[in-house]
Amino acid sequence: MQKIYLDNAATTKIDKKVFEAMAPYLKGDFGNASSLHWFGQKAHEAITKARQQAADFLNCNFLEVYFTGSATESDNLAIFGAMRAAQKKGIAKPHIITSAIEHPAVLEVVKHLEKTGEIEATYLAVGKEGVVKVEDVQKSIKENTVLVSIMYVNNEIGAIQPIAAIGNWLKIKNQKSKIKILLHTDAVQAVNYLDCNVGKLGVDLLTLSGHKIYGPKGAGVLYKRKGVELEPIIFGGHQERGLRPGTENIAAIVGVGEAIAEILNSKLQILKIKKLRDKLIDGILKNIPGTNLNGSRESRLPNNVNISFDGVEGESILMALNEKGVAVSTGSACASGSLEPSYVLLALGCSVVKAHGSIRFTLGKYNTEKDINYVLKILPGIIERLRKISPLK
Amino acid sequence: MALPYSKQVIQHFNKPHNYGKMKNPDGVGEVGNVVCGDLMKLYIKVGQNKKGQDIIKDIKFETYGCLAAIASSSMLTDLVKGKTIEEAIKFDRKEIVEGLGSLPPIKIHCSVLAGGALIEAIHDYLTKNKKPIPQALNKRHKQLAAEKQTIGKNRQVC
Repeated sequence: MQKIYLDNAATTKIDKKVFEAMAPYLKGDFGNASSLHWFGQKAHEAITKARQQAADFLNCNFLEVYFTGSATESDNLAIFGAMRAAQKKGIAKPHIITSAIEHPAVLEVVKHLEKTGEIEATYLAVGKEGVVKVEDVQKSIKENTVLVSIMYVNNEIGAIQPIAAIGNWLKIKNQKSKIKILLHTDAVQAVNYLDCNVGKLGVDLLTLSGHKIYGPKGAGVLYKRKGVELEPIIFGGHQERGLRPGTENIAAIVGVGEAIAEILNSKLQILKIKKLRDKLIDGILKNIPGTNLNGSRESRLPNNVNISFDGVEGESILMALNEKGVAVSTGSACASGSLEPSYVLLALGCSVVKAHGSIRFTLGKYNTEKDINYVLKILPGIIERLRKISPLK
Repeated sequence: MALPYSKQVIQHFNKPHNYGKMKNPDGVGEVGNVVCGDLMKLYIKVGQNKKGQDIIKDIKFETYGCLAAIASSSMLTDLVKGKTIEEAIKFDRKEIVEGLGSLPPIKIHCSVLAGGALIEAIHDYLTKNKKPIPQALNKRHKQLAAEKQTIGKNRQVC
């Protein structure tokens, strides 16, 4: 049976070039980057190269790049770190603005800190398109606001957020105020497709992940603009200039650097993927009745398709596609161990039933037109079969 | 993360037994809630065996839900088809899980739901035909009705 992978927002297949760059550091080049001898220096050089690769992509100084163990860790470091730095400066209960559709790596952190009473939080609502409004950010600013954390692109519906507009507005606002409000963006889903020039975006902190860009898992990056104060959340060493102690995972860092460098060469891929995405969206909406696209069509990542199928539940569609060799995911978190429908779709005003019946297809650079044709061929039959079983007609 | 489903669950899901709407059923049981992601409708046709006892002569289901919900419904119909009403009332829903090999813990509620649908279908049949309703069955029916109401209330907000 052919296997078609359409879950690239979950993770991606490692690029051969990335793997080859990593391999020596899992074999002979095993040194600890902190060691002064030849072995250590080789590891140190590898990290420096990866740091420069990330800096080139983000258009920043290489010392503004910090390697972490995952994007979740980067998000935690950005939020906890900014909060504690603010508390250190005397803001007893800092205020953080985020959105209702953030990835749990941000949302759960903010909720946790709100629950423990350490911060005040505002969760910005989004409309049907799933896009945060810049005015809403502006209106939510309080005297004690220290951080705005908005994702660059939503992971479920691919909705692109106006980070540059928020960033530019904050830059001007910060010039006049004593408390500088930091802007953090979780750019994990965006990096393959959108401009991540941190200067243009006006962000102070940016998170990215290795395994969403054809790189290794267990590798995250946090960009921290020079001068931005963050308190560490892990203690015990001097690595990453004391912000993220722990012996560096050299192979993973080399891999994330190489994967980032590959993005620079992938502009043509974006057009190809976007064309395939449109074919999939149009093909489903045209050939299967009772379907709708969730999220904005225009302000959408080139690889994301999120569709609700009336009368059928998402997990059964997922498993039926899986039986035919096609890997997708549910918009609803059902398959991830929770029975609750997707909070992201609910935030768009999507009904609970529609949220239960949603499927996310996320394309990647290894997908071909043949893959899309195959999905379009088998999907109508699957939906028809499940609708026959369903009491909802 | 795909849930670890047994071979039997996958088989029942791929080729469910006894699905579809039944014309002129003698009893209908409906449990679950679309809002929660599971809705089951069970139809029964009642006949008599040689001893003159009421039996489930035919059974069909319609289910909106995940793979486990569909497989549980299918398994239930296999297990109770041909049983006397008396036996069916005593049906232990654990048999569904056993018949399916296993269900992931988070999906056990699908088998509970299927068991509830059977109770409701039998209750409906007995009520419609003005037959005596055993106390235990009536108690389960009341519980199910109460659950349905609370679910409706709690979920209105989302």
